[in-house]
Amino acid sequence: MAMSRDGRPTIPRNSSVAGMPAPTFTGHRGLQLEEPLIFEQGQPGRSGVDLPDPPKVEHRMGTSVRTRPIELPGLAEPQVVRHFVRLSQKNYSIDANLYPLGSCTMKHNPRLNEKMARLPGFGDIHPLQPITTVQGALALIDEVAHWLKTLSGMPAVAMSPGAGAHGELCGLMAIRAAHVARGDARRRVLVPDSAHGTNPATAALCNYEVDGVPANKRGRIDLAALKAKLGGDVAAIMLTNPNTCGLFEDQILEVADAIHGVGGFFYCDGANFNALVGRVRPGDLGIDTMHINLHKTFSTPHGGGGPGAGPVVFSAPLAPFAPLPYVVHGPDGFALKEHDGGQAFGRLKAFHGQMGMFVRALAYMRSHGADGLRQVAEDAVLAANYILAGMRGVIDPTYPGPCMHEVMFDDSSFKSSGVTTLDIAKALIDEGFHPMTIYFPLIVHGAMLIEPTETESKESLDLFIGALRALITRAKARDSAGFQAAPRFAPVRRLDETRAARQPVLRWSPPQPKQAAE
Amino acid sequence: MRYLPLTDVDRSAMLGDIGAPSIEDLFRDVPVAARRARLFDLPLHAGELEVERHLSALAARNIAAGSVPSFLGAGAYRHHVPAAVDHLIQRSEFLTSYTPYQPEISQGTLQYLFEFQTQVATITGMDVANASMYDGSTACAEAVLMAGRVTKRRRIVLSGGLHPHYRDVVKTMTGSAGFTVDVAAADVFGEEDLAASIDKTTACVVVQYPSFFGHVRDYATLSAQCRDNGALLIVAVTEIVSLGALKPPGDMGADIVVAEGQSLGNGLNFGGPYLGLFTACTQYVRQMPGRLCGETVDADGKRGYVLTLSTREQHIRREKATSNICTNSGLCALAFCIHLTLLGGDGFGKLAAINHANAVMLADRLSGVKGVSVINRTFFNEFTVRLRSPAAPIVETLAARRILAGVPISRVYPERADLADLLLVAATEVTTTADMEALVGGLKEGV
Ligand SMILES: Cc1ncc(COP(=O)(O)O)c(C=O)c1O
Repeated sequence: MAMSRDGRPTIPRNSSVAGMPAPTFTGHRGLQLEEPLIFEQGQPGRSGVDLPDPPKVEHRMGTSVRTRPIELPGLAEPQVVRHFVRLSQKNYSIDANLYPLGSCTMKHNPRLNEKMARLPGFGDIHPLQPITTVQGALALIDEVAHWLKTLSGMPAVAMSPGAGAHGELCGLMAIRAAHVARGDARRRVLVPDSAHGTNPATAALCNYEVDGVPANKRGRIDLAALKAKLGGDVAAIMLTNPNTCGLFEDQILEVADAIHGVGGFFYCDGANFNALVGRVRPGDLGIDTMHINLHKTFSTPHGGGGPGAGPVVFSAPLAPFAPLPYVVHGPDGFALKEHDGGQAFGRLKAFHGQMGMFVRALAYMRSHGADGLRQVAEDAVLAANYILAGMRGVIDPTYPGPCMHEVMFDDSSFKSSGVTTLDIAKALIDEGFHPMTIYFPLIVHGAMLIEPTETESKESLDLFIGALRALITRAKARDSAGFQAAPRFAPVRRLDETRAARQPVLRWSPPQPKQAAE
Repeated sequence: MRYLPLTDVDRSAMLGDIGAPSIEDLFRDVPVAARRARLFDLPLHAGELEVERHLSALAARNIAAGSVPSFLGAGAYRHHVPAAVDHLIQRSEFLTSYTPYQPEISQGTLQYLFEFQTQVATITGMDVANASMYDGSTACAEAVLMAGRVTKRRRIVLSGGLHPHYRDVVKTMTGSAGFTVDVAAADVFGEEDLAASIDKTTACVVVQYPSFFGHVRDYATLSAQCRDNGALLIVAVTEIVSLGALKPPGDMGADIVVAEGQSLGNGLNFGGPYLGLFTACTQYVRQMPGRLCGETVDADGKRGYVLTLSTREQHIRREKATSNICTNSGLCALAFCIHLTLLGGDGFGKLAAINHANAVMLADRLSGVKGVSVINRTFFNEFTVRLRSPAAPIVETLAARRILAGVPISRVYPERADLADLLLVAATEVTTTADMEALVGGLKEGV
């Protein structure tokens, strides 16, 4: 998910909120507890751990021993626990309510997954233990790989990428290596204008020239424009499917034929795999390589920004170029290929991948099974279309349905009243909902991309539809002043992002001592 | 299916409202040939108990490092993580939230990121830290790419004391961007002098502190040599606990410090997820990769935090971004932040002192074993020993006796037969005297 420049809130406009109660003595407001920084709470002599005195030894650290104190505050455990609990209470979460961030697949995170990842046999094994002592871990990686290969219909998978963007890098590097191997180094990568920012950023990181492809009126890639851009110097196209407007690229087979026709490869951004899992195989769509965000489709928690995991599946022509390390079946069980990878393009991460995420993903896969995963895709698509239908009479989707797992609206119906997409988002906060993804993709003005996922009940979807209907109706009724005050019920009100960027304060510093009065 | 709230009644009612005859109809944009009518050849759904049994059986086929004497390091370290850490990071509001794009309802995440950035900058002795990278190795590669942007040069020098996997990740990630990489030979004895490889075309020099083989060196002179040539000094730290006892790299004149933060708050996890730390001097902040959290005020003038300087990032800048990173290691950063908050400055220093003292005791014990010699004159909590025969088979033999003896250098330098007798050994605060005796006993019989 992303926010674009035009979506960036600037300086908050209106700071008076009618009917707000007088400030309290403490600054707290009921369950909303104000919380200073840890640096403002420390006291010398306090600590949250009891450590024994170090054994007395003559140190062997040479000349670079630390001599100045470590300026970090001391807090006791109860204070630390209270601090982080109070902070947590200022966060929205999928555990609390629907989280309709388009492109982010905020589904329920099963707690069984957490429990499994914490088994000492997974959580407490070292990446460089002798291979004989980690056979279960390698078997687990191999099993996750098997599920991913089966679900994608692709013959190979690289497990090491740390997240989706890292997976994009993995895919493009394999493509580059494949071209170089046949003495056919190429220069350009085609990226639709609707692509997520990581796609062009990744192509640039691989030293490719990024060439944009426009969308057609139906929100899909413009096939004629694409064909016009094709040539012998095109290494790949990076296409998201379902795309970032929530639509299936219905000419995808033609796209695949066209790119293959000039000797290029088809990279698919698999961030939206949730719509297809268990039902449609990317391998049947002419795709050569695709990353799969385990932290989207396979429910590993987002953790406020990460960690994720971004395994990448490969077609047969790209498979030999997959990076090190990878699990192989040896004569005495599983082995790890860490060196001499033949045509492997290199190494992407210090160790073997996001094992903690693999365990969670496998718990999720096994819980759902082939039947449950298929149901996941169906329910996800059903829920998004239900929201599309639920908004009838109030707002039309940007592109006619059916949509896939997410539905796109825009600001065309209320723009003239002075209300913005950002205002709608902030008003949703007051309704108790996390906003949808806004101002992404860039090709749609005032975009609102809604992805409910399959883990919402009908009742929950109905409530969201009701709230959104009410807000859009109000927006069309020109209540722009009311919108600008939103959010009114969040722990803080709109924040001054312009100031944050103009005078960056990126760390706490001790308060300057006050000038002594003359 | 326990995770799917919709019932068949709901589904048909919803289809009715949509006006679609069937679910199939909603997939009508998918080419017919690609619509799979049958279930895939995978197991069917299973209850918690069955799934738990399956995964527990796999877990049981591994030896947990904590269940045996373990001396493995080489970029991943076993430490004691206070109970409060794992409890707090599992709070729903931290675990199940997305990246804080809507700051009004993400102040919890944003405030801890601000605290985390401050902690990381403080212990490294640097001006600013970002909100995390995937791991230490990718942070290292990003640092090299950043040095390329800052200096507009394309030649990089990697120390022979840099973790070989970090070296490989740097080579992979910079390879297609047109860099030339000079890699110094494995610096087993901690004596390398890189001065001769630095000139006016050098973008950066990357060293590790303490080095891969465990040596602790002061890089102040190297930093001056870099400065004289307009090159940046990048210091990579794979054991962040060392900075509780060692001079911060920032004090030696490092321009960029990257680190693996796993040691604080995070388990071994077979290599991931880990926590890449990334810090730099203020003057380079606009060239930094990744998210940055900054302080600001809300409409009422109240202090709050937002993601900032986003014009560096892919979602705004696209192909001109400083990095392609999006999802990072947020929750690992939280674990780090809570652990370090519990420790405080004094506790962090004490933890480091215990680590060092245990390593010194271990080194002294191992030196007493016939056929074993400690190579390092300096080290923090990890050092290299020479055995009388190749280390890998000995490590295998000891593993069969449930002792994880360390990392044979041959595991990461397979091409260097002359290093086959070397073993990298680490001790931390969890290493007991009994563990040390077990290793000494094992090596006495094994070498
Ligand atoms: C369409 C799309 N592509 C790529 C990505 C990047 O994935 P990640 O954040 O896992 O690096 C995202 C995630 O936000 C996305 O929505």
